Amino acid sequence: MMNDTTAKNLALSHMWVAFTAFIVACFMGEFQVLERSGLFESLTSISVYFASVSTHGVLMAFVLTTFFIMGFGYYTASHSLNVPVWNPKLAWAGFAIALSGVVMAAVPLLSGLASVLYTFYPPVTAHVSFYIGATLLVVGSWVWCAIMIVMFYQWKKANPGKTVPLAMFATTANALLWLWTSAGVAAEVLFQLIPLALGLMDTLDPGLARTLFAWTLHPIVYFWLIPAYIAFYVFVPKQAGGYLFSDEAARMAFIVLVVFSLPIGFHHLYMDPEQAKGWKLLHGVGTFIVALPTLVTGFTVIASLEIAGRLRGGKGLFGWIGSLPWGNPMVLSVILSLVMLIFGGFGGIVNASYAMNAMIHNTAWVPGHFHLIFAGTTVIMYFAIAYYLWPILCRKPLVSNSLALVQLWTWFIGMSIMTTPWHVLGLLGQPRRISSVQYNNVLTMTWEPYEILMILGGLVLLGSACLFFYILVKTQFGATTEVFAGEVEYAEPLHEVKDLPEYLNDFKLWNKVIAVLMLISFGVPILQFFFMDTYGSSAWGY
Amino acid sequence: MHIDPLEKKWVQISLGMCALFVSIIMIDALFHGVNAPSNVETIDSRKIHLSEEFAEDNLGVQVADNGDITVRMVAGRYAFFPKQITLPAETKVTFRWVSMDVLHGVHMPMTNMSTMIVPGYVAQVESSFPRPGEYPMLCNEYCGLGHDHMWSKAFVIDKEEWEANRAKESAALNPTATANEESDDE
Repeated sequence: MMNDTTAKNLALSHMWVAFTAFIVACFMGEFQVLERSGLFESLTSISVYFASVSTHGVLMAFVLTTFFIMGFGYYTASHSLNVPVWNPKLAWAGFAIALSGVVMAAVPLLSGLASVLYTFYPPVTAHVSFYIGATLLVVGSWVWCAIMIVMFYQWKKANPGKTVPLAMFATTANALLWLWTSAGVAAEVLFQLIPLALGLMDTLDPGLARTLFAWTLHPIVYFWLIPAYIAFYVFVPKQAGGYLFSDEAARMAFIVLVVFSLPIGFHHLYMDPEQAKGWKLLHGVGTFIVALPTLVTGFTVIASLEIAGRLRGGKGLFGWIGSLPWGNPMVLSVILSLVMLIFGGFGGIVNASYAMNAMIHNTAWVPGHFHLIFAGTTVIMYFAIAYYLWPILCRKPLVSNSLALVQLWTWFIGMSIMTTPWHVLGLLGQPRRISSVQYNNVLTMTWEPYEILMILGGLVLLGSACLFFYILVKTQFGATTEVFAGEVEYAEPLHEVKDLPEYLNDFKLWNKVIAVLMLISFGVPILQFFFMDTYGSSAWGY
Repeated sequence: MHIDPLEKKWVQISLGMCALFVSIIMIDALFHGVNAPSNVETIDSRKIHLSEEFAEDNLGVQVADNGDITVRMVAGRYAFFPKQITLPAETKVTFRWVSMDVLHGVHMPMTNMSTMIVPGYVAQVESSFPRPGEYPMLCNEYCGLGHDHMWSKAFVIDKEEWEANRAKESAALNPTATANEESDDE
């Protein structure tokens, strides 16, 4: 094994930024649920609430995810290809750019100068340093994308005809996905928000801004999700004691995920007036197509678990479930993650169902849904990956396996307690983005018990998050002389991969397919703003 | 390349499920006219007060000669204007929403009246309300620090009561005047 110190340092540095953002944001989350309930007079502050909810969103959705994905990606690329990280100086420069962007955005966020929420819908306008900071974070992540793609093709060139390891195939797919994904929001920020915030432009078109943001808004969640799927496919089967049911199906799932998560962003605009129904329907159909790779993933992962369960002596239709190693954090995580995925996926189908979306659009159902599927399904796999990698990266054993299990269970329980009432509140009509209930209407009385349940769920989650942070700190910095000598082990496929067609080992074809699909689904909807008589909006404070 | 026959079957089942959902949506959209609000109509949000359609005396509920009901509403920080409207139950109502400042969204809980209100665009949505009652119209997109306070009320009354009220009003007014529904004040 080559010296992989650089990859390890890159992984640890990125992931520490990710998890520091995470723990800060968890405290904010609990503050918000307490403030929002209206039960604690002393906590009530509208301006602090919206500063907090803006920061919570940015830290969780942009900082935790992007830094985690970059750190995990550097290590995966180096380890799975067995080569050093290409151009480490560039990688560290990307890290520095992204981190300085986070700091630049954090200052206005925390001082209440960027309380525009993490979706920053204009014409409400934040301090310009918020937008520049967010841009730098994205630019830093583009450096990562470039390095992943270079490493992918360098390896292919050095190993002609060989199959790219699944872990690296999926990581490169994600890098490519992110380049396509971030183009929409980058255009919005560079050509609309920054010029408006600087006063270089008097007005912007909020319809165009929302259309560009919708370009990014759906595939970005797959950018966050793909590391979880990588763990599902390349770590879980091995950790459970079995084999990956199908390597080829996994590759197909990743490809369909990347290709079809891009041209479908208008399901976020179903209720918007600036796009016509035909385009919304087209994106709606695409939204159902992108459910396919998730259904296939569910099948392949569960089949892999069944193989493991039976190899471990499980019998009968369901007996194999009991014989899985529930005490392995990776295996426990995947089980809990899949449970949350089933419920979250059901909610997602409701959101995706075009006109049915009217019943839950922008209600409390929506944050309930994405907390379940992102903070639940996805983030629990980030925990699992961290527990798996920390001993390898630090060369020290995990401080306690049972503490890790307690942490994973409490995260699952807390998420269930918090998101169930959140969904119900949405069905009862509560809007998502309010800091308190001010409506003088009998309807709001039915909301109260659910708010209290959410506080409880939030407390369990906060405790769990603190425990997670403690385990990582204690593992890395705790006094121990014990050396952990384990290495990352990838799951072997049940059937050896043979005669893999080039389209499952490369992205050139898929890039072209994406370009065509994006042209079809976003071409006219974006161009229309330049042909219609549109009227700009001037900047507003908040 | 090896794909297990079971996996192939599962892909077919998954495709079937997705096709089922998509066809239900398509049938509803294409044959029953169940669509999201999508009229793509622009308006200068900074000059709404000067526009004919959304001038102050034109807002609220209006009944055309043929009985069609149109509700014109202006969203602005922090209310929907007019602040109270009265509508008949079990009747098709066309809402036309515009914003005079920033992005807003509005929904009436327990109904399918929901739309984003994007400055620069007219959001048109049709609905009918089967059950009479008092429905809040809630702003559901963050629009500034007063967002919590942004709401207005709609009273949905029995169709018979609505028609009786209208008959009374038109008797009181010049019978040839066009109907001009004032918003109900409690």
